[in-house]
Amino acid sequence: MDLMLVLQNLRKIFHRNTIDEKVAINGVGLEVKEGEFVTVIGSNGAGKTSLLNLIAGTYLPDEGKIFIHGRDVTNLPEYRRAGYLGRIFQNPLMGTASSMTIEENLSMAELRGRSRGLAWGVTRKQRVRYQELLKPLDLGLENRLRDRVSLLSGGQRQCLTLLMATLSLPRLLLLDEHTAALDPKTAEKVIHLTDRIVRENHLTTIMVTHNMVQAIQFGDRMIMLHEGKIQFDIHAEEKKNLTVEEVVKRFGEKMLLEDETLLCKPVGTR
Amino acid sequence: MDILVGIFQISLEQGLAYALVALGIVVSFRILAFPDLTVDGSFVLGGAVVARMIVLGYHPLVGVLLSVLLGFTAGCATGLLNTRLKINSLLAGILIMTILYSVNLRVMGRSNTPLLNYTTLFTPLEQTEMRWLFVVLFFAVIVFGSKFLTDLFLHTQVGLAMRATGDNEQMIRTLGVNTDRITILGLGISNGFVALSGALVAQHQGFADIGMGIGMIVAGLAAIIIGETLLRAKTVTMNTFAAIVGSFIYRLTITIGLWLGLAPTDLKMATGAMVILALGFPALKKGKEERFHLRGV
Repeated sequence: MDLMLVLQNLRKIFHRNTIDEKVAINGVGLEVKEGEFVTVIGSNGAGKTSLLNLIAGTYLPDEGKIFIHGRDVTNLPEYRRAGYLGRIFQNPLMGTASSMTIEENLSMAELRGRSRGLAWGVTRKQRVRYQELLKPLDLGLENRLRDRVSLLSGGQRQCLTLLMATLSLPRLLLLDEHTAALDPKTAEKVIHLTDRIVRENHLTTIMVTHNMVQAIQFGDRMIMLHEGKIQFDIHAEEKKNLTVEEVVKRFGEKMLLEDETLLCKPVGTR
Repeated sequence: MDILVGIFQISLEQGLAYALVALGIVVSFRILAFPDLTVDGSFVLGGAVVARMIVLGYHPLVGVLLSVLLGFTAGCATGLLNTRLKINSLLAGILIMTILYSVNLRVMGRSNTPLLNYTTLFTPLEQTEMRWLFVVLFFAVIVFGSKFLTDLFLHTQVGLAMRATGDNEQMIRTLGVNTDRITILGLGISNGFVALSGALVAQHQGFADIGMGIGMIVAGLAAIIIGETLLRAKTVTMNTFAAIVGSFIYRLTITIGLWLGLAPTDLKMATGAMVILALGFPALKKGKEERFHLRGV
């Protein structure tokens, strides 16, 4: 199997040479295989989001290299990596343009990384396809294609964002605590939808989460970040048998996780 | 009664003549959420260029086309200052506006260029019996044509990207759109419309003047606020329509004000006060959080 993502000795330092200097990522090396679903866990400030930002090109690393499907993208600006990446943020407001309609948002996402011309933004053909895509979400959005996104709830918006991120089948899907801002019931729905879409399309996925149960329950590999370094990397077989208690025992001893993360109850039972 | 008809006629004519300024401001302020102050300069630029071209003996239409092109360029310049040189959006607009003051004086060679003895686009219309009707129709065709083209453009793939740039820049950048380029293009289009308005107004009033652009931004904003409040505009096509309707009602208010004895010198103060009230009133009203949300302001 091909390697989809390779990170070589990445380092990122913020506010260098000031009193606020912070080493966000401190020598991370990682190889993710095509179709692999990796969950990333760690406490606040462990570098989870910084890692995703580096991969997405929101900012460039100080040291190290990034390869996506064999191509060196280390110095490519964010908008030129877009063709490879789908990304969802924690804040449901960040993934959609709220003054625009559902179908307009989907159409923009469908053109991810491709050149845009003076062709009509949403064609009839697209509209039919979007209805088919939205139906399985079971949110009734298929009948609201021309509604502005600002009329949707946070959960509905996040489901739409998920669809938008995966519509053009990106090489790499980056999920940045994308269920953290939702109520438990909606969060559960979104996480299961995520899992389904990822599996159906064999998307290579990196999911950052705060929620240990989520990190264990989903994905086929789990990585733990602490102070900008990878502390643990648990692969398929081992991960299947992983329980919260065990993780707590192994990681908790080292005081690597905050109480908040350790005490996180299973999804949906909160 | 005659006076009322007269007021209506003047307002409609003026409203349409200046509607393209409001339309341009919709593109920059509303669509791109970019508070672009280039307008006061690019409006004069349009008038100055067309006046100079007509005096030099070119067909007025050639002058108008050149005006639009140069207005577009001026808008792009503001966009470049903001995106490439990272100059604050307000300051970028003010810089280009200031530079345009010198440019406009250079273009005309003096501060006022009369066109009364030259053939303009309006000359054939002025000579007919139904002068007013033809002038209004002429303006209406251009204004609504521009509105229609803008609406179409804003529903194309690039147009959607432009709207998203003003709505959620981070998101559309992660979808692979170079938002810098989109911003530059949008400001170009916006100032192209403004220059077109300046070129038409100069011919309509029979002169181009270095001071004709002062307060154009505020007047345009007033028009947009009036239009959107009255029409409760929520979609793009309604926004552009509201700009035109607002422009007419703004001119109507002014004409009535002048008729009732408002001194022409106080006009800009009255307009400014109107905009302040419209923007600030909801903030003062207790219990109503929803501030009049004028994007870009």
